[in-house]
Parts: sequence; C-alpha cells; structure tokens
Amino acid sequence: MAEEHKPPQDFTLRIRRYDPDAGSGAYWDEHTIQLEPHRSVLEAILQAKARFDGSIGIRCSCRAAICGSCGVRINGEPGLACHTHLDKAQAGSKDGVIKVEPMGNMPVIKDLIVDMDAVHWKKIRRVTPWLINKQPIPEREYIVDATAMVDVTQSMACIQCGACVSDCLSMEVDPEFIGPAALAKAYRFVGDPRDAEQHERLKHLAEDPAGIYDCTHCFKCIEACPKGVAPMSQIMRLRRRAGSDAKVNDRNNGHRHEKAFTTLIKDNGLLWEAELLPRSYGGDSWFGKFAPAAAGELVSSLPAITTALLRRKVTPMGALKPHKIPKDDLKDVQRIYKDVEGRDERVEFNLYISGVDEDNEPPTVEEPAAEEATS
Amino acid sequence: MPQHDVLIIGAGLAGQRAALAAADAGASVAIMSKVHPVRSHSVAAAGGINAAINPDDDWRSHAFDTVKGSDYLGDQDAIEVMCSEAPNEILHLEHIGVTFHRNATGHLDLRAFGGASMKRTAYVADITGQAILHVLYEQLMKYSDRVDSYEEWFTTSLILDDDGACVGAVARDIRTGKLETFAAKNVILASGGAGQCFKPTTNGLICTGDGMAQAYRVGGHLMDMEMIQYHPTTLVENGFLITEGARGEGAYLLNANGERFMESTAPNKMELASRDVVSRAEQTEINEGRGVGPNGAGIYLDITVVPKKRVLEALREIVNIGRDFAGVDITAEPIIIRPGQHYIMGGVKTDINGATNIPGLYAAGEVACVSVHGGNRLGANSLLDTLIFGRRSGEHAAARAAGLPMPRLSDDKRREDQQWIDAIIARDKSGRRVSEIKEELGETMNQHVAVFRDAEGLETALEVVRRLKEEAKTAYIDDRGTVFNQDVLGAIELGYMLDCAECSVVSAIDRTESRGAQFRTDYPDRNDDEWIKHINTTLNGDGEPEISYSPVTMTQWQPEARTY
Repeated sequence: MAEEHKPPQDFTLRIRRYDPDAGSGAYWDEHTIQLEPHRSVLEAILQAKARFDGSIGIRCSCRAAICGSCGVRINGEPGLACHTHLDKAQAGSKDGVIKVEPMGNMPVIKDLIVDMDAVHWKKIRRVTPWLINKQPIPEREYIVDATAMVDVTQSMACIQCGACVSDCLSMEVDPEFIGPAALAKAYRFVGDPRDAEQHERLKHLAEDPAGIYDCTHCFKCIEACPKGVAPMSQIMRLRRRAGSDAKVNDRNNGHRHEKAFTTLIKDNGLLWEAELLPRSYGGDSWFGKFAPAAAGELVSSLPAITTALLRRKVTPMGALKPHKIPKDDLKDVQRIYKDVEGRDERVEFNLYISGVDEDNEPPTVEEPAAEEATS
Repeated sequence: MPQHDVLIIGAGLAGQRAALAAADAGASVAIMSKVHPVRSHSVAAAGGINAAINPDDDWRSHAFDTVKGSDYLGDQDAIEVMCSEAPNEILHLEHIGVTFHRNATGHLDLRAFGGASMKRTAYVADITGQAILHVLYEQLMKYSDRVDSYEEWFTTSLILDDDGACVGAVARDIRTGKLETFAAKNVILASGGAGQCFKPTTNGLICTGDGMAQAYRVGGHLMDMEMIQYHPTTLVENGFLITEGARGEGAYLLNANGERFMESTAPNKMELASRDVVSRAEQTEINEGRGVGPNGAGIYLDITVVPKKRVLEALREIVNIGRDFAGVDITAEPIIIRPGQHYIMGGVKTDINGATNIPGLYAAGEVACVSVHGGNRLGANSLLDTLIFGRRSGEHAAARAAGLPMPRLSDDKRREDQQWIDAIIARDKSGRRVSEIKEELGETMNQHVAVFRDAEGLETALEVVRRLKEEAKTAYIDDRGTVFNQDVLGAIELGYMLDCAECSVVSAIDRTESRGAQFRTDYPDRNDDEWIKHINTTLNGDGEPEISYSPVTMTQWQPEARTY
C-alpha cells in the first residue's frame, strides 16, 4: 500500500532572487515553510509566495510534471520544482537548506524565470520542427507500423521544460550547439515514418558543426530529464541513422571518428589514442594517417602532441603501440561485438517499448556498448 | 497599435486550432496567451479524443452517447456538428503529425472510454493532450510568418465599440509590464476553464476563468455554469488526475469491502458509466462509510488487472504520477482516488460557429458553452470540442473580417486598465492577502458546490463568495515591480474567479432539480417538465448575475431515463 505520509515539518528554502527593476545584482533569500516531506519543492515555493512574499517569480501551472513550466536548479541539479520531493531535496543539500536557482545556459529574466525563447525555442526552430508530409497524403490515416508510433512517443513525451538545456556541458562550451531538447525533437521526425525528408534532416544534423556530433556524451541530459526522454539516447540514435543507415560521411568527421573508435577497441580492447586522430580524418585503417586530411590534421596537432609528450601525458612508446589487455578479456570484448553486430535488427532502447523488465520476457539489451562509447 | 483581422486570446488547443484555421482562410491573425502555448492546460488532457472513425461506428451513435451523457441538456444541433465533423478532424491531426497509437494493421487504434457505446477514443499513450498541443505548436512555428504570437501577454479587458461590437483587447506584456491596446475585427476567447475556483482541482494554476469573466463583464452570457464536472479518479492526496483511460483499459473501482460497487449503479457499463454517475457512486460509498484510506475518504482504483506491458506502453504517465506523487506502484497495487473538480461544462454562450451574443466576439473550448456537454461531459469529448469549435470560430471570424474595416480605437481603455493595475499595486496592507481569499474560495466551492449539493450549502457558498468579492476589493499584494509581476496578475485573476464562482453558485441555487453534474439532495429527481432549459447569467447594473433561460435544441433524441 501507499507509504505512510509523515506529518508536516519545517523546510528552509534558499532561493536565488534577481529583480531587474531594482538595478542591483542577484541575491539569496531564505524562507522556512511547513509541509509534509513528500510534498514538492514547488509547493514549498508557492507556500512561501502565498504567505510571505508574493514577489517570488517562478513559472508554474500544472504541479504534476506535465506542463513543463517550473524548470529550476535544486541544489545545483536541474529538474522540475514540482517533481522534486522536499525530503529528497533536503537530503541532497549541503547544509539542510534547499537551494533553488534558475536554470543555466539561459539568461535570467527575474528570480527563477529564464528566457527560454532566447535559447531553447530558438534551437527548437533550427530543426524544422514540423512534419514534412510524405506525398501523397492519404485520404484516411497513414498506415504505419504500430511500434514506430510508440517509438517516437518517447521523444513526444518531452514537455519542453529546458532542464536538459540548463546543464548541457556541450552547450556551455559551444552556445551554438543545437542541444539535447531540440535534437530529441529532431528524432521525433526522423523516427516518424510519415516524414518525407528524413534523409535531408539527417544530413543537416550530421553536417552542421553544432549538430549531432557536437554532443560529448556526458549523460547530463539523461539525468536531468524528468520525463525519461533520454535526449542523449535520441542523439545517439540520430548518429546511427545518419552514419550507418543514411551513410552520411559528415564533414565534421563525426562518423569516421566513431568508426575509428569502435574499430580500435575491437582490435585492441582499449583505445589507441595515437591512431584515433589520423583514422578519424584519414579513414578507418592503419593507412589512414597517410591520407592528406589526416596528415594535415597531424601536423596542425604537433604543438599539442609535443606539449603532451613534455608533460608526460603520453610516452613515445605508448603512442606508437596500442595498449594491451589480457587475451581472454580481449576475446570477451570481441564477443560483445559479435553479439551486437550479428543481430538481424538493431536493438534500440526505448522507454515505451522495451523499458520493461517483464518477468517472462527475455532481458532487454541496452544500447550497443561500443557504439555508445564514442567521442 | 497592433491590428489584426482575428485576435485569439488563449493558446491551448482551441486557440491554436482557431489561429491555424483563420490563417488558412487568409486572415491576419494574432494569438495571445498569458503563458507559453505549450504550457496551456490542454497539455494535461490524458486519455484521448473521440471520433466515430471505425468503419463499424457511426457518428450518430457518438452523438447519441453525448446527448445521453449530457443528461439531455446538450444542444443537439451542436452535438451533431461536433460528432459528424470529428472523424475528419482526427484525420487532419494525423496528417499534421500527431503520433496516434496504431493497431496491429497500422490503422488508428481506439480505446474504450466512459459513457461510450463502443471503442472510439484515439490516443497517444496517456499524453494525448500534450501530443496534440505540441503538434499544433509545431504548426504554429511553421506558420510563424502568418500568425503573430504574443506569448506571455495577459489580457486585462475586451474593448467594445459604441455599437456594442467587440473590436479589440487590452493586454499586459508580462515581461515588461507594459499595457498595449490591440485592435481587431474579431476576438476569439480560447482561454480555458475556471477550475482554480475549486481546491483541490485537476486544473492548473492558470485556469482562472479569465475569458469567462472578461466576456461576462462586457455583457456576454454565461450558460450552464452550475454544471461542474467532478472527475471520478483524482488523487486523494492533491487532486491530480488519473486518466479515465485507466478504466478504459480495464481497471476496477473497489470499496473498503473489496466490492466493485459500480455493479449496482451501472450494471452494464460498470466503471465506464458517465463521469457524473461514477463520481456520485464513489461519493456515496465514501459517505456511507465504505471508503478507504485516511478518514475513509477514498476509493481504490485497481489498475493491476491491466497487463503490465500494456500499462507501461499506454498508461505510462499515471505510472509516473502514482510513483512520484502518491508513492504507489500502480502496476503492483491499487491507488486511492476520489472525485475531484475537473471541468466546467458551462461558459460563454455561443452558437455552432463560436459566435457569442456580442458581435465580433467568439469563444471556443472550455471557456465556451456551445453547449455540447450539457449537464455532463463525456471523457475524450473535450479535446474534440476545442478542435471542432476552435476551427469553426477561426474560419467564421476570418470570413466576418473580410467584410469589415479595421476598427479605429482610442487609448481610453488602456489608460483605464493602467489606473486599475496601479491602484492594485499601490494598496496598503490593511486588507487580506490575495492568496488567502483564493484559498477560502477554493475550499468553500469544493465543500458546497461539489458532487452533492443542497440549498443550505449553496446559500452558504453564495454568502462566502459575496463576502470574498468585497474583501478582494482591498486585498493586497507584495510585488510592486513591472517585470513578471505575477502577484498583480494573481489579484486580477482572483476577480475573474470570483465572478465565475458567483455565476456557478447562483445557477446551482436556481436549478431546483438533479441533472448531470448537478445533484441536489433536496431535489433528487430530474424534472424534464420544467428544467430542460439552460440557465444564463448576465451581469446586471448592481454588479451581480441576473438569471435568464434559453431553450435546449432537440433534433433527433427525446429525453429518456438514463441508465448505464
């Protein structure tokens, strides 16, 4: 049965405030409220607003993690205020005080309210966010595979709250990066069998220097997403579709880099860094380094390589020879490759389809590990 | 001053559908909303959307179910329009990209829903509203060169000309605090319901009856306002919605004795009777001591009887809600629910084109009352209502605009509203807090204007609402700023809510019978001789609602006893 709820208790919030009318900087504001521990941080903020200070700014409406309004950072982590329990938030704080701040990567308008138009929605618009119909449009519905529709439901489940954008590390480094939410949106069309321009979409996303290969695979967006959209997984699926299915050999060397990475691990069990760069540029073999593109890149990287050698980050021998792992381990690694590559169909992890550990079903296999481990 | 053929206030399903339709018809269009469009409360609609799209189905069957569901208070001409146009609207949605779930042959899959005589609810898992809203917003982005979007603008007043036609609105840019006059040949209200008059409610904090009150204040008729839907399955804890889709997929309702009590109330449809019927049955179990949970104030909803794989695929959102907001794994144990305020069947009276009694003013969606829902709305008919009448309003308004010159407006109303807002901000802290009044309103309404009502409780509610109206005049706020001053908007919204609540209570007192969502314990029977008529409320010179009546349109179906 439902867990027994504890009586109300005191919680203290430390809210980041910023009043653009005041002409002064941001500051911290503390309020102590009384609520049951399983209530949400949003309810606490609303209580503070109702009882003590109506000027606290936060967007909110549904209170049930559906409308996507109340994206904030709680104790430094992005999420929805309505979706975070007070007891958990308190346990996650350094000093027992729950710290609430506006999301990152977007300019603050007031208190906890950020300018999503300037960043999030602008990026959404970059992926041509509407269906481009396959022609002719049927008189009745398009007949499509049932699983295809359930499949895109995972990215349709995105509520555009911006939590993933808030803490995207790639976007912090490259503000032009299309980013996790918009790329998840892109998958919603690429995965939709009714869309006519999947190939064009994939080509754009792969060729764009701020596109799918700009993601560094840090998993932050997967942790941040309150709806299980797993934006990074959608980005990886876009990569597989672009590189393996649509054969887009992008000018960012993203796909070549991925191939070089997986081949090196397959051959050696561990990454061979010195080979990675030339192969990413010159092609996925030992001869890659003699390709003009690779040679150029190697020469231009010489200062960095020299510095690395001088600082003993790399040894000459370590660079020239691959790392070694025990033979049996290498065989284990190669068996994973054989398993994954030997399948008739690629297994894609999807919350709505295969995220279930049904007792009688064979266990779900997660993303192919080697492909995931790129960049 | 921005000028448009059609200005749409509210950007949920009705508003966005109206905007796209008006733009397609060649009108210059603006859509304005106090929140970003995808935050609109349509996002929370879970279970699906009805249409007789299965070749074995017939829209007349859908229409009859709707008429019966309305307890014969729905206008049958409007219901015929809605149900006959439903299949094409669903196909339109499918064509623009809504990811409706499919069956094994790749066609649209349909699920069972309350009060329906066959499976006719198309769905996207249990995020149907979200999926449609987001897809419409995709289209709005596609139409960005044709539709001007005013996101996070709060409408303060509608503007009428000397002839009594609606010619624009005044709105506040929430980001800057600046008020602006918008001239428009037509205004379409699509600003949603007024669920925040109740506490708890499944409705979002933004559902404050803005459009209903704005229309009421300039002479619009509010119809069927006593008809307030209590949804049978809301969390006891906080009033959050558990979709009817759960029962559509086969879930049971059980009392403290483990009995499926719907057996005695609705032996044929069981858990899938109309919402008013199920809510009353639940409340009766609770009142008679067969409830479960703290204070016996709840009922078990047992979803464990639905195969787990199906739950995770088609009811994923309520798995999340159960886990995150009630600490319950719905795939493993029953969850405790009770009836909770969910929807207002009433609203601004319109015809089948969305036109109100004020020329140039249209309304569509929950803000409006066509009336297709009458005394009780069927599940999965609200999304349909928003889209059909949103589209029709948009088309009709665009056609009307073609024959009209752009109105020339003075700045008087804007100045007046500026003074109003400045006065709220300047109030000293001698009265009550706005938040306190809102709290008392919500609790009062939920106590007395709920599943079971009687004269005494309703009179008490009216007394409280009128006192609160007085208190609201001096209620104070804290925020004196201009940028995102949500506090001052809250004070204005409180006024809107009080207007809506007053109309609801007055209408509920007037209707001395039981029909649909209105059950009077002092008048427990349906009285077809006297009460097959709509109650309309209009604002009189004393600032109070005045009651008048309008007939119910009957076409094919005469009232019958209502059994499920």
